[in-house]
Amino acid sequence: MPEKTAATAVSAETEAGATAPDDAPAAVTAKPEKARSLWSDAWGDLRRNPLFLISAGLILVLLAISAFPGLFTSASPRDADLANHYLQHPNWGHFFAPDWFGYDGQGRSIYARVIYGARASIMVGVGVTALVTIIGTIIGMAAGYFGGLTDSLLSRVTDIFMGIPFLLGALVVLTGFENRSIWVVILALVFLGWTVIARVARGAVINIKQADYVVAAKALGASTSRILLRHVLPNALAPIIVVATIALGGYIAAEATLSFLGVGLAEPTVSWGVDVSSGREQLRNAPHVLIIPSVMVSITVLAFLMFGDAVRNALDPKLR
Amino acid sequence: MGRYVARRLLQMIPVFIGSTFLIFAMMYALPGDPVRALMGDQAFDPAVLEAKRHELGLDLPLWQQYVNYFTGLLQGDFGTEIGSGRPISEIIAHAFPVSVRLTLFAFTFTVIVGIGLGIVAGLRPESVRDRGLLGLTLVLISMPSFVLGYLMQYLFAFQLGLTTPTVQDSESFGDLFLPAIVLGSLSLAYVARLTRTSIAENLRADYMRTAVAKGLPRRRIVGVHLMRNSLVPVVTFLGTDIGNLMAGAIVTEGIFNVQGVGDAIYEALFRREGATVVGIASLIVLVYLLASLLVDLLYAVLDPRIRYA
Repeated sequence: MPEKTAATAVSAETEAGATAPDDAPAAVTAKPEKARSLWSDAWGDLRRNPLFLISAGLILVLLAISAFPGLFTSASPRDADLANHYLQHPNWGHFFAPDWFGYDGQGRSIYARVIYGARASIMVGVGVTALVTIIGTIIGMAAGYFGGLTDSLLSRVTDIFMGIPFLLGALVVLTGFENRSIWVVILALVFLGWTVIARVARGAVINIKQADYVVAAKALGASTSRILLRHVLPNALAPIIVVATIALGGYIAAEATLSFLGVGLAEPTVSWGVDVSSGREQLRNAPHVLIIPSVMVSITVLAFLMFGDAVRNALDPKLR
Repeated sequence: MGRYVARRLLQMIPVFIGSTFLIFAMMYALPGDPVRALMGDQAFDPAVLEAKRHELGLDLPLWQQYVNYFTGLLQGDFGTEIGSGRPISEIIAHAFPVSVRLTLFAFTFTVIVGIGLGIVAGLRPESVRDRGLLGLTLVLISMPSFVLGYLMQYLFAFQLGLTTPTVQDSESFGDLFLPAIVLGSLSLAYVARLTRTSIAENLRADYMRTAVAKGLPRRRIVGVHLMRNSLVPVVTFLGTDIGNLMAGAIVTEGIFNVQGVGDAIYEALFRREGATVVGIASLIVLVYLLASLLVDLLYAVLDPRIRYA
C-alpha cells in the first residue's frame, strides 16, 4: 500500500511537470531532469514548433490521401473521355469536383490523377527511407564498432557506391527492367542510397564506442550483441533519424525525376512524375497539365523537408 | 604536401576501379542486347549473331570483358559504339566541353549567389531577411529540377518571350544561362543554408570579439576573419557537388535540348550502348574523385591548423 502511494505521487509529479515543484516529495525534486530524456525533450520542443505542426499536418493529409484516395475524389484516374479535352481549362471554383484542375491530353481528370498519384510517391519515399535506414545502420554499425579490417573493407565499398552519382546510377539500374513496379524503383534507390546513412552511423558509433557506459558494459561481460543493441544503437539513433527524415523528401523527388525521365514508374501506374512527363507536350497551350502535378511533388517534398528540419533542430543540441 | 597528394591519388585507384566496375556490371548484367538490336526486325541466322558477339568480345565472362575494357581505357581507347560504329572518344569530345561549360556556369552561379545570400542572412540571424532566405531555399530545395526547368521555360520563353524555349547553340554562353540557373538552383539553396548556419555560428566566436575589440574595420572582420573560418563546410559541400551537378545535367540538358554528356548518356542508355554509358560515367566519377581531393587540399589553405605531412 505505501509503495502504491509513492508510485502515484511520482507519476503525478511527472504529469504535473515543473508547475508544482513545491508540493512534490523531496526525493523526486532531487532529480527532476531524470524524466527528460533526449526524446521527451525533443518532443516538448517539437510540439511548440509551428513548422513542425504545419508539416506534420500536411504529411498526415498526404498519408490519408494515399491510403484512401477514394475518399477524396469520386472520379477515377484512368477514365478517359476525349470530350474533356485538355484545352478545356480548369474550373478553379469547382472544389474537389473532377474538373477542378481540368483534364489532361487524354481527357482524364487531373484532380483524380493527382489524388491517386500520391500513393506512389509516399510509398517510394517511406519504403526507401525505411530500408536505407535499416541497411545503412547495420553496415555503419559493423564498420564503426568492429573497426580494423571490417571497417576498411566496408568503408571502401561505401566509397565505391558514393563515387557513382545517385541519379546516374539509378538511371543505369532502372533501364534494365522491363516492368518497373514500385518495388523495383524502391530497391534501385535503396541499392544506391544506403551509403549516406552508413557513413553517419559509422561516425556516431565510433564516438559512442569510447563512452564510459560501453566500456563498463564490456567490463561487466555483456555480449557483443547486447552492447550493440542495448547500448550503442539507442545512442547512435538520433543522428541517423535526422539524416533519414531529411533524405525522405529527396527520395520522393528522385522517384518523380526518374518517372519523368521515363525510367521510373510508367503507365498504367498513376504517378506525378509520369503526369509531368506527359504534360510537357502541351506546355505552351495548357501549362496547368504539367504544373499541377509538379506543384504536388514540390508540396510533398517541402512537407517532408520541413518535418526533417524541425526534427533535426529538436534532436541536435548543438543547434540550440 | 606532395606525399599526401601522392597517397590520396593512390587511394583513389581502387575506388575508381570499383565504381567503374559497378557501373560496367550493372550495364552488362541487365537484359537488352545491342547485337540483337543491330538485326532489327529481319530474320537472322543465330550463327551470325554468335559470330558478331564473339567479334565484339561479348561472349567472354564479365570480369574478362571488364579487364579488356579497362586496359583499353588506360590506353585512352574508349571503344566504339556497336550500333553506329562511331568511336566513343569522338562522342565524348563532342559532348564533354558543352557539359563542362554548363557545369562551370552553374557552379559559378551557385558559389557567388549562394555564398552571397548566405552571408546576407547569416550576419543577421533570426531577422526578417534571414527567415525570408530560409523560406526561399526551402522552396528551391523542394522543387525537383524538372519542375523548376519547365516553370522557367514557360515563364521566360512562352510568357515573356525573352529566350527561345530550347537552346539553339550549345556552345554559346548566352543560351546556356537559363539551363545553368536551373541546374545550379538546388546546390545554391544548400550552399546558402550552409553558409548562413556557419556564419551565424561563428559570429559568436571569441576571435570575432577579439577582432572587433582590436578596432579592425568591419569589412576586414567579415571578409577575412569570419569568411575564412566559415567556408570550410561550404567548400566540402561544393567539392562533392560537382559530380552531382554533372549527373543532374541529364535532366536539365533534356529539358533545354543541350547537346552535352547528359544528353549523350540518356540516348546511349536507350540504345543499350554500354561502352558509351560506362565511358562517360567513368569520366564523371573521375571528376568527382579529383574534386574531393581538391577540397581536402583547400582545407589547408582555409584553415592553417590543418596540415598535411
